Amino acid sequence: MGILRIKMPDIGEGIAEAELVEWHVAVGDPVQEDQVIASVMTDKATVEIPSSVHGTVVSLGGEVGSKIAIGSELVRMEVSGAGNISEEDATPEPVASEPVGAHAASPALEAPMPDPKAEPVPEAAAKASPAPVARPAVVAPTGGASAPRAEGEKPLASPAVRARAKEAGIDLRQVQGTGPAGRISHADLDAVFEKGAGQGGGSAKRGLAADTSVKDIKIVGLRRMIADKMTASKKHIPHITYVEEVDVTKVEELRATLNKTKRDDQPKLTLLPFLIKAVVLAVRDEPVVNAIFDDEAGVVHQYGGVHVGMAVQTPTGLMVANVKHCEARDLWDTAGEVNRLADSARKGTITRDELRGSTITITSLGALGGLVHTPIINHPEVAIVGVNKMQIRPMWDGREFVPRQMMNLSSSFDHRIVDGWNAATFVQRIKQLLEEPALLFMEG
Amino acid sequence: MAAYRCKVLVIGGGPGGYVAGIRAGQLGLDTILVEAARVGGTCLNVGCIPSKALIHVAEQFEAAHRFTSDNALGISVSSPKLDLPKAMAWKDGVVGKLTGGVAGLLRKAKVRVIEGTATFKDGKTVEVAKADGESDTITAESIIIATGSESVELPFLPFSEDVISSTGALALETVPEKLCVVGGGYIGLELGIAYSKMGSAVTIVEMADRVLPLYDAELTGPVTKRLDELGITVLTGAKVTGAKGGSVEVVDASGATRHITADKVLVTVGRRPFTKGLGLENLALDMDRAFIKIDDRCRTSMRGIYAIGDVTGEPMLAHRAMAQGELVANVIAGQNDSWDKRCIPAICFTDPEIVSAGLQPEEAKKAGFETIVANFPFRANGRAMTMEREDGFIRIVARKDNHLVLGIQAVGAGISEMAAGFGLAIEMGACLEDIAGTIHSHPTRGEALQEAALKALGHALHM
Repeated sequence: MGILRIKMPDIGEGIAEAELVEWHVAVGDPVQEDQVIASVMTDKATVEIPSSVHGTVVSLGGEVGSKIAIGSELVRMEVSGAGNISEEDATPEPVASEPVGAHAASPALEAPMPDPKAEPVPEAAAKASPAPVARPAVVAPTGGASAPRAEGEKPLASPAVRARAKEAGIDLRQVQGTGPAGRISHADLDAVFEKGAGQGGGSAKRGLAADTSVKDIKIVGLRRMIADKMTASKKHIPHITYVEEVDVTKVEELRATLNKTKRDDQPKLTLLPFLIKAVVLAVRDEPVVNAIFDDEAGVVHQYGGVHVGMAVQTPTGLMVANVKHCEARDLWDTAGEVNRLADSARKGTITRDELRGSTITITSLGALGGLVHTPIINHPEVAIVGVNKMQIRPMWDGREFVPRQMMNLSSSFDHRIVDGWNAATFVQRIKQLLEEPALLFMEG
Repeated sequence: MAAYRCKVLVIGGGPGGYVAGIRAGQLGLDTILVEAARVGGTCLNVGCIPSKALIHVAEQFEAAHRFTSDNALGISVSSPKLDLPKAMAWKDGVVGKLTGGVAGLLRKAKVRVIEGTATFKDGKTVEVAKADGESDTITAESIIIATGSESVELPFLPFSEDVISSTGALALETVPEKLCVVGGGYIGLELGIAYSKMGSAVTIVEMADRVLPLYDAELTGPVTKRLDELGITVLTGAKVTGAKGGSVEVVDASGATRHITADKVLVTVGRRPFTKGLGLENLALDMDRAFIKIDDRCRTSMRGIYAIGDVTGEPMLAHRAMAQGELVANVIAGQNDSWDKRCIPAICFTDPEIVSAGLQPEEAKKAGFETIVANFPFRANGRAMTMEREDGFIRIVARKDNHLVLGIQAVGAGISEMAAGFGLAIEMGACLEDIAGTIHSHPTRGEALQEAALKALGHALHM
């Protein structure tokens, strides 16, 4: 038997540390080779770390939400072969002051179901221990603590525990008792309450009742990243939001025609590629909106290429995928890239590189887009174009009302860099291009 | 004739009924309790309490009597006398204080008590016939039947002046010279021993092959020995066939007919549920033989009708009825309560006393457990020696696999006071290690409990 340390692997691209977002194992768990033990996150990509060995988890290297440096200890496992930790440093670093024997025994005490096979005192560690070796099992001498109740056997609990369970509508037959002889303690009930909290644990009560529960959700990983980014943007950037309506009847007709006549190998077109094309052309007139503002250095990096960030809603939260060099793409090429990025973002296979480097962002919620919204700029960019929902509205053509396919654009700009006039000019140009889509394809 | 309406109606003011009433009152339920006699039921009026008072009188008298001859303590007393009517008056005073106390508690809980005999008209209505010939009608949402039990009468030995039940035995004016007790259960033994100590020549006739057949022979051994010391004649395997003119006819174990002369014949062959005149025929309750069938919430087969106490079956014990009384009030108030007790301890106030909580060794085996059984005798207990009573022991029955305590039994002088501790250990799900690891004060008989646990674990210290 030996103790093996699994280190935080190098997950590439010069990353120095990663945030721990989830443990897939707990102390005492048996782990198979290649079984995922933890999820860590870098920028916006989540990486799952598999175990390289077969063994039992002895200690975890950090809490969810903590940053773990590449190369530092991720978990410590007890393995059947030789370990990679010598007797001298068998104590995990964070608790170096604790006697070896005492610490080595603690996993068994913390583990909910002490497994006699998971003998907690590794021989090597025990020998090296200056302290007397703690007796591993303080529980029932027969190991009955973890024995599940036999079929039909009454649950064992004190009257106070029974009363509390009844009040909460918990059937004690379903509760695992961790005490001697499988006795169910208040702590065991607490565990049930905790587990049940997420799934409407108050099922026992019928009718209307005040729900006084508060669920604490640790903000980690992507959600924390989104939170930080939103705060940075709203805190640093004085936003100006400008809304204009666009008649998209013609561009929609064109899109329908193109979709009907396209080759099979060409992607189906949505409005987004047309809008990207319009943004690319409008940026030529107002290059100030296609930029990164390094406010600390006091420099605006105005880009020649148009890298359009595309907000994508994924199961874990909002991501911004980068459609690079849109100025060098035709409509079909843009559409293909948009589809590919949206797909991989939703699947979680998007790379870190595909999630950064955009110079202007488009955000669209499609049919959910509403009439108007006030988009937050993707810091440190200076402009974001928001797409609202499309609908047929009666428009006055000078003689009568005619039904037209209309859509609003709600766009925000960094008012430190972009004046109202520039913002308006930029949006009006997009409007013009979309209303007369032929202009989109007039080069030069 | 008055008509009442209430949320809860309790029929019977015994330990089950009055506790149900108090608890219902505490929970804010508008409650009426109907009782034909004094509140307190059999327990306070003609059962537990007066019999214990009489046993106390007998013990004191017997102790005084013992000091009339040479004794180790060097105390000498000359010709002690017993004024039984005076002792009975004292006993009645104790009973009076307690029943008065219960009445006060019911008042405090705002329970209205109506004196009279209740008869069901239908599932929601009860008519109460009062002593003055008037009758009231009570309509209630929930009705609790807590009518208790009564002594069983033998058809060939009807109760009379000289053939008495336990109730009669608690109200005698003179100590009978010769007393024949028919039935060697705990009631017969308690009263038989008491009268023996007060001077009666007592014969106990029991059909089974030993007295207290509900307890195992190991437990009853010290009691049998003491009966012998007290000069009580015990006929086991014997059947009473009749009585006439101060003589009881008995067919003994060998089949021979014997005649036992007696001034009084005390019949204690058991108790049966009391439902006479209750009008159960107007309801459609499921029965379990003579008992009213209930579920784990004391609900009968009819909605809104509950039953508790002796009327619902064995064991017919006051503390079971009290626990049910509390439970049933909780259930009626809408709480999610149900019967979940692990044990109902039982006590014989014989000499020595017997306590049994949880499973006895044979019962545990029958229930399919592999067990460890260990007992610790009082002859190795200091306190027992200082009280001149080294007979008896404490015994623990535990599961072999996880040491869970399944039962604790004991026999010994004054051991009834330990019943609470036995019950607590079992109800809390204690293991042998829990009892062995608890300091039991020295010098007490209770040390024998810790020692029994240690012995079960293989390392008794004082054996």
